[in-house]
Amino acid sequence: MVKMSGSHALIEALYKEKVDVIFGLPGGAIMPVYDVLRDSKIRHILVRHEQSAAHMAEGYARASGKVGVCMATSGPGATNLVTGIANAYMDSSPIIAITGQVPRAMIGKDAFQETDIIGITTPITKYNFQPRHASEIPETVKMAFQIASTGRPGPVVIDLPKDVQTEVADMDFPEKIEIRGYKPNISPHPLQIEKATELLTKAERPFILAGGGVIISNASQNLQAISELLLAPVATTFMGKGSFPENHPLSLGVIGMHGTLEANKSILEADVLLAVGTRFSDRSTGKIDEFCPDAKIIQIDIDPSEVGKNRAIDVPIVGDVGKTLIELHNSLSKRLEKKESSLWSKRIQQIKDELRDKVRINQEKDLVPQKVLKELREMLPIDAIVTTEVGQNQMWASLYFKVYKPRTFISSGGLGTMGFGFPAAIGVKVARPDVPVFDIAGDGSFTMTANSLATSVSENIPVTVVILNNSMLGMVAQWQRLFYNRRYSAVELGECPNFVKLAEAFGAQGFRVDSIDEFKKAVKQALESHVTTVIDVPIPPEENVFPMIPAGKGLREIIY
Amino acid sequence: MEKKEEKNYIISTIVENKPGVLYRASNMFRKRAFNIDSISVGPTERKDLARMTITINGDEPIVEQLVKQLGKLIDVIKISVLNPQNTVIRELALIKLHVADAKARSDIINFVNIFRGRIVDVSIGSMMVEITGTPDKIDAFLTLATTFGIKEIARTGITALVRG
Ligand SMILES: Cc1ncc(C[n+]2csc(CCOP(=O)(O)OP(=O)(O)O)c2C)c(N)n1
Ligand SMILES: [Mg+2]
Repeated sequence: MVKMSGSHALIEALYKEKVDVIFGLPGGAIMPVYDVLRDSKIRHILVRHEQSAAHMAEGYARASGKVGVCMATSGPGATNLVTGIANAYMDSSPIIAITGQVPRAMIGKDAFQETDIIGITTPITKYNFQPRHASEIPETVKMAFQIASTGRPGPVVIDLPKDVQTEVADMDFPEKIEIRGYKPNISPHPLQIEKATELLTKAERPFILAGGGVIISNASQNLQAISELLLAPVATTFMGKGSFPENHPLSLGVIGMHGTLEANKSILEADVLLAVGTRFSDRSTGKIDEFCPDAKIIQIDIDPSEVGKNRAIDVPIVGDVGKTLIELHNSLSKRLEKKESSLWSKRIQQIKDELRDKVRINQEKDLVPQKVLKELREMLPIDAIVTTEVGQNQMWASLYFKVYKPRTFISSGGLGTMGFGFPAAIGVKVARPDVPVFDIAGDGSFTMTANSLATSVSENIPVTVVILNNSMLGMVAQWQRLFYNRRYSAVELGECPNFVKLAEAFGAQGFRVDSIDEFKKAVKQALESHVTTVIDVPIPPEENVFPMIPAGKGLREIIY
Repeated sequence: MEKKEEKNYIISTIVENKPGVLYRASNMFRKRAFNIDSISVGPTERKDLARMTITINGDEPIVEQLVKQLGKLIDVIKISVLNPQNTVIRELALIKLHVADAKARSDIINFVNIFRGRIVDVSIGSMMVEITGTPDKIDAFLTLATTFGIKEIARTGITALVRG
């Protein structure tokens, strides 16, 4: 037992959890913590808007596999975090958000900068805490990390009343903690493994759908082993992009609304579908009744509530994806020999050959997003990490920026948060200073959190933003073109802002490029200079993202 | 898809006895659009644990999803879907009845006796009755009571324990 203040206990507990960085911005109700933080070994990265702090923490978490931490004051500071917390919740990212709160006696009195952040974040967190005594802090932090990082990861909020931060108490830092209502089921049931083995060994056209769970569980190699043993092609969901190398002969790329033709067409031929760490979101499956209606489906997920939630499942397996894939592989390799090819793998190759280059690409112009992204891929090393914004830029990145390693493609999937990519890139760079980090951006999205340029520059965290600048809220404009008779409503952004001047105003370097060659030069400059860079790439304003499955339609109704 | 059969389910849970647990549960029901019929929370033999009993009318997949979602709540420690065959189910209702005349008064007293209920308050023109039993029994009493005129009803929702 040691006597110390709540704030000291918080920082000490974070330190014991190996936290080396906190993204945040102070205010009245969190000042005692900031006072202690000043003298601690933990690095603090000052943001210019708390939403970005949460996105940075998430970028950090998704690049490193560790827990990301962000911090804000009560009231507006806390509510500014909300979008970032919701984003982490939808994408199952382990972050911890620490918020200041008014003193205990003022809670519930509508005090200055009081917000019921526990009430607000209950539906968008895995759990949240409001310790009422300083002595609860060490154990609260321990629980928060355990909950955020294990099972299906997710965000956790710790809301600290100001007088709990200053209260002095005897502190006991537990090494381990039991949470009696929280026991994630890690190990798959042997009977289910047996059933899955049975189905897969008999399958003629096995198909693997890999989701974000494969990345979270660090199970890419296990996935590849199973795919190669079964000669089963792999499509990933958008969140699963990177879980399987997209240059592998069995890779079909990303499935779903803006997935590849190969993935969306060939999955319909499958007789057994092995779905791994995916929740069958509407963006991945299209109209669910028309999604592989005749295939037998095996679903592996750590979250029992995801198994069978959106689609009836023939063999449900609850367990950690990595552990389950290892056991499944062991079981399969007793029954199957590894082969070079099969009728099915040849059919897949045939589909790929047939459909490759079927999607129209603007041939008149050079600076079109498809070509820009292919060029960027060739220039970046294989372990460079890209984030994206939301909209057409994101879907072009998904289609044309091929990814070969897990945790090298980080994007807002479930919530689709414009403004995520740039702060997330900063968080990524903090976790991985050794690799180049690029945000593939849209002009609209980047404008939402461009103030993070201040953080990137003044904290010396160099990342590069490539703006696919169509002077439009492009994705909305695309829908208006396709489904609203070309009636544009509130989508034209004009040539505003001047991104080069914007970058320069923050002390970053900015380039406006007018040809592919200039683009390449700018990328080279960014890679060599190690300073924050904004590359403004004007693209045709009315380019569509294809293929596309209109919302609510089945995979068959893909247009391209 | 075939239409699944809807039934009444009683789900009994053991939860952490601390503030906010009911909020977390009811918030989840709202968010996931579960239409709960009743929910009751009360202490158990242990100070740190409470029992939360939920009743819902739905088909099997809905109830299965509800149980899984409850299981995800960190404050929920144990969940069982009760089998009505070996479960004691009780609900308590307070019913304020209109009393028109002496005849009505004695009829009410008679019915209350048949239902093993109790008269808990009497005033001019009205009586308050307490009925305990299964929800069916309370419903049956309420059907009778409408003939007198019901002024107000308060029902606790179901609480239940497995036999043996
Ligand atoms: C915070 C937020 N507001 C609104 C939307 C709806 N939305 C989705 S894509 C999009 C357009 C994005 O524009 P831009 O960043 O320029 O990308 P583009 O589609 O042009 O590539 C909008 C407004 C959103 N996803 N997030
Ligand atoms: Mg745009």
